[in-house]
Amino acid sequence: MKKTYILEDLDCAHCAAIIEEKVGKLDGVSSSKVTLLTQKLVIEVEEEKAKTVTEEIKKIVKKLEPDVEVIEK
Amino acid sequence: MTKKLKKKGKKILLSAAIFFVAIISKTIMKEGELISLLLFGASYLIVGMEVLKKAGRNIKSGQIFDENFLMVIATFGAFLIKEYPEAAAVMLFYQIGEWFQSYAVNNSRKSIKEMMELRPEEARVLREGNEITEDPEEIKTGEIIIVKAGERIPLDGVIIEGSCSLDTMALTGESIPRDTVAGEEVASGCINLNSVIKIRVTKEFSDSTVMKILELVENATSNKAVTEKFITRFARYYTPIVVILALLLAVVPSVIFGNFQIWGYRALSFLVISCPCALVISIPLSFFGGIGGAGKKGILIKGSNYLESLAKAETLVLDKTGTLTQGSFEVVEVAVCKEGMKKEELLALAAHGEYSSNHPISKALQKAYGKETQKEAIGESEELPGFGVKASYKGCVIYVGNQKLMEKIQVPYEQPGKNGTICHIALELPKEKREYLGYVVIADRIKEEAEATICELKRQGLKRIVMLTGDRREEAKAVAEKLQIHEYYADLLPNQKVEILERILSEEGKKVIFVGDGINDAPVLARADLGIAMGGLGADVSIEAADMVIMNDRLSKIVTGIKISHKTLSIVKENIVMAIGIKILVLILAALGITSMWAAVFADVGVAFLAILNAMRAMKIKEYVC
Repeated sequence: MKKTYILEDLDCAHCAAIIEEKVGKLDGVSSSKVTLLTQKLVIEVEEEKAKTVTEEIKKIVKKLEPDVEVIEK
Repeated sequence: MTKKLKKKGKKILLSAAIFFVAIISKTIMKEGELISLLLFGASYLIVGMEVLKKAGRNIKSGQIFDENFLMVIATFGAFLIKEYPEAAAVMLFYQIGEWFQSYAVNNSRKSIKEMMELRPEEARVLREGNEITEDPEEIKTGEIIIVKAGERIPLDGVIIEGSCSLDTMALTGESIPRDTVAGEEVASGCINLNSVIKIRVTKEFSDSTVMKILELVENATSNKAVTEKFITRFARYYTPIVVILALLLAVVPSVIFGNFQIWGYRALSFLVISCPCALVISIPLSFFGGIGGAGKKGILIKGSNYLESLAKAETLVLDKTGTLTQGSFEVVEVAVCKEGMKKEELLALAAHGEYSSNHPISKALQKAYGKETQKEAIGESEELPGFGVKASYKGCVIYVGNQKLMEKIQVPYEQPGKNGTICHIALELPKEKREYLGYVVIADRIKEEAEATICELKRQGLKRIVMLTGDRREEAKAVAEKLQIHEYYADLLPNQKVEILERILSEEGKKVIFVGDGINDAPVLARADLGIAMGGLGADVSIEAADMVIMNDRLSKIVTGIKISHKTLSIVKENIVMAIGIKILVLILAALGITSMWAAVFADVGVAFLAILNAMRAMKIKEYVC
């Protein structure tokens, strides 16, 4: 299934690329795309993993960019 | 400006103020080293704390080589060799650069926000005779909504009462208002300029034009161009390489020649210059500018990769009906064959005869007739599939149809060698022989700007132009000749269109564009390297299948799109060459010890600044008018 998150206050291209890469490697995630200019993260994730994946994404983002807030859409 | 930006801005100002005091105390008041260290240190920590923390966190999580790490070792090194002003300045300018970068990103994000304002917040719906304000999502198809002057139409529908001028700018980029009357379809997102209208809703909010466009705009930049991907990869290898080079620069010459101070300083300058910010930010920003600029002109592009394909394409395949032609039938000629009869009379008979049919031909006839039909005078009417219609009217019988109908009813007729659909008209008066009256030619008109646009497209570097159509060969030939398209295929079924496109794709090494009106062409649109749909208002299938949508069906927009793509790509190239070029130049100068760390900082911030300004240029491009 497709999930979309808003990465509020994300404004660094380098971090966006790292977030995209790390989220893409999460278990059950088959594709991950971060668009800096719309501050959006769009992932394709297996149905069963959909619930836990949000927490994992939040962890990754917190670690890389503590100022950025992850909002599930 | 966001809170985060404001907060950071204040920190930068405070740090800059302390830095200034520190410089004065050092140079004019000649204070001791301790005071100097304290003041520069304070200035450094105020702006640099964030960077230090980030670098620390990244090292913990195994992400060592990034720009934060670069800044930290460069500045720590400067403190070690007692170059306090440099250390503080590097951090200060680095943060100014970062701040500016965020500011630019936020600014271009605004253009998206403006698009988002298309989203209607509420709608006035009529329920049980009362006007209720409701969330558009709660309104179902078939309900009646009211839109007053100055309001945005919240949902797609058909006007059932009133008429108005519509501002369709947000959807089509067209600045001239469109006049609409009752019975016409209207798209959500348009603004009602002058009077109250009632609309019967035909689509739910989630399927409405405005939502389709918003989704498209939001996802526009998620398909990254090859160049953009290259930059991300580049940054990944670049930083570690630079750090190793700096380390070598610090160690090797000082082992050979001694004098670690000088070589250490050079190595640190080297590190400062090497930060790849300008490159990393300006490339996506340029693409975004191009997509945004195209959007303003009513051209929606679904990703920066498509902008790249558009610039590189050399083959253009076009659909005929609806793309090169209007796609709607019109009466182009009325020929009377009965002496003493006027053209209007013939047209009136044809319009009355075809009145009950809902074939496009009937619509074209009604439109050409232009007057109210006398419904009560029309009696029984019968549709004869494959032939035409037969209708009784004021005591006589009207026959309207093709040559087969004329043969069937045994009326001698004229057969003009003309393109288009020929509609013969015969009349049967009571107790008299059937009489042939004449014919009407109904055809699809070539779009006015088609000829000039095709010519301009050839000049823009499209070497091969092909036309595909499901229409008859003669029709296709006439259009192709008029437009000077030398290659065309007619009588095609949708699957044959795909086959021909696939053959063209295999023949051409370069990118192939397909332009279609999107409803019957969806498979072809999807198969081409770049599918351009003549979206029109509310044609949602096309918006989904295509990679690029032209909102007002104007062919000339393809030229504008190509121009935007060329400009964007050249800006991207300029930025890559400029950023990498200046970086390498200053890196060499730093390694040789010709430049100071100050110049290094300016090189970094300055290049980022120039690259961002250059990227903003992609937003502005002139419209092509033929």
